[in-house]
Amino acid sequence: MKRHLLSAADLTRDDAELVLATAQEMRSLADRPIKKLPALRGRTVVNLFFEDSTRTRISFEAAAKRLSADVINFAAKGSSVSKGESLKDTALTLEAMGADAVVVRHPASGAPHRLAHSGWVRSSVVNAGDGTHEHPTQALLDAFTLWQHLGQGTRSGLDGRRVAIVGDVLHSRVARSNALLLQTLGVQVTLVAPPTLLPVGVESWGVETSFDLDAVIPQVDAVMMLRVQAERMNGGFFPTAREYSRRYGLDGRRMATLPDHTIVMHPGPMVRGMEITAEVADSTRSVIVEQVTNGVAVRMAVLYLLLSGMDVEGETAP
Amino acid sequence: MGAQPAPEAPTTGRVVLDARDITRALTRISHEILERNKGAADLVLLGIPRRGVPLAHRIAERITSVEGHDVPVGSLDITMYRDDLRMKPARALLPTQIPAGGIDGKVVVLVDDVLFSGRTIRAALDALNDLGRPTAVRLAVLVDRGHRELPIRADFVGKNLPTSLVERVRVTLEGIDDTDAVTIQGTGSDA
Repeated sequence: MKRHLLSAADLTRDDAELVLATAQEMRSLADRPIKKLPALRGRTVVNLFFEDSTRTRISFEAAAKRLSADVINFAAKGSSVSKGESLKDTALTLEAMGADAVVVRHPASGAPHRLAHSGWVRSSVVNAGDGTHEHPTQALLDAFTLWQHLGQGTRSGLDGRRVAIVGDVLHSRVARSNALLLQTLGVQVTLVAPPTLLPVGVESWGVETSFDLDAVIPQVDAVMMLRVQAERMNGGFFPTAREYSRRYGLDGRRMATLPDHTIVMHPGPMVRGMEITAEVADSTRSVIVEQVTNGVAVRMAVLYLLLSGMDVEGETAP
Repeated sequence: MGAQPAPEAPTTGRVVLDARDITRALTRISHEILERNKGAADLVLLGIPRRGVPLAHRIAERITSVEGHDVPVGSLDITMYRDDLRMKPARALLPTQIPAGGIDGKVVVLVDDVLFSGRTIRAALDALNDLGRPTAVRLAVLVDRGHRELPIRADFVGKNLPTSLVERVRVTLEGIDDTDAVTIQGTGSDA
């Protein structure tokens, strides 16, 4: 694996499968009396969050603590300094504190890349969501959840599976990371969204696109619903919430047309009644709570794989 | 455990134990475990991946055939407890499966293929510490090649094999490899 995890595109198929297999073992830790491993003893992980987050920050914190790392939470919200400067100043502070890994969430796309490649810090950088760009650990935990349900145990478990990613693809870092990672793992991805909510250049992602949810869902193995990110919208992307919900929301009627084994996923936070009804979110097909549980195991795997071999950086592997 | 699940290396080198020798050694170890434990009560066998696991299963089969009831078998991955984690590139984790009854109050027999520096066993003892409190921990190995770096010894040994540090001891087992054999490679003794 590379030293940083900035994009789902950084992961080769072997890397991704290594993360999934490692997460599988990390997952079994939850059943043990002592839910702690000594692997990152003496390492420092800094959670640097420039943007609100509940589950991602808690998940990274739990993951680092279960690996015995020291965790520093750095809530940078409210900083009045301009973005470039504030990021640099913060980075220099982190460097002075001796952070081994920086988990960064930032409203600006590319901020983690800047942090990793500017020479400000020597630590590993993990992208925990940057603007509308990427959120690779979310894609890994989604892939892990899919792998557990659809491809358990087998190396090529997800080959040829079909996943629909539905909703606000334009503003979704989760959609981009998932599209990249799932394709690396051999999954056929279909993006379903109104034309206004598909990003420019989506043709180059290598995925299928559709405007018609009803036509797509009878053929898929998993449906991933995305939240409509109203806070990032500065124009009219669809006429009314009601119309959006009628055409692109997952309700009981649509759920009935899914194949029997198909699972329903959502990266959270959900807006019940908008992209997903309560009936669907609470149904037995829904693996949304499981995704959160898997998040800790996957982030443990990522931190372990990025950090445990750091001291040999640059030397040849035996 | 070796650094990698060594790919099919050339099977040159001197064969020290062949399939039948291994069978005999495991049968003897099984009886020694029963003798020492005065029966199979409260025994739990934990193999250290990769090659300790099939060995643990084979010993369990023999104990079952002698005593007439099943012995819990599991595996214990020690990767996260290694003392050289910081010095080597990240390793893939191997499965840890603790039998349903747990290890509290049991006699745990750790099973591994080769006992060398003793560091793997130290890591395994740490790992056990996080899993419960056995009444006793014993160690069974197929080959003891010497050169200990820690005060650790085996309770049950298939074969004591004096080696030099430049030699490599290779254990192959059916289930993971094609054949059962223990070979010594390196030095000038290769045919």
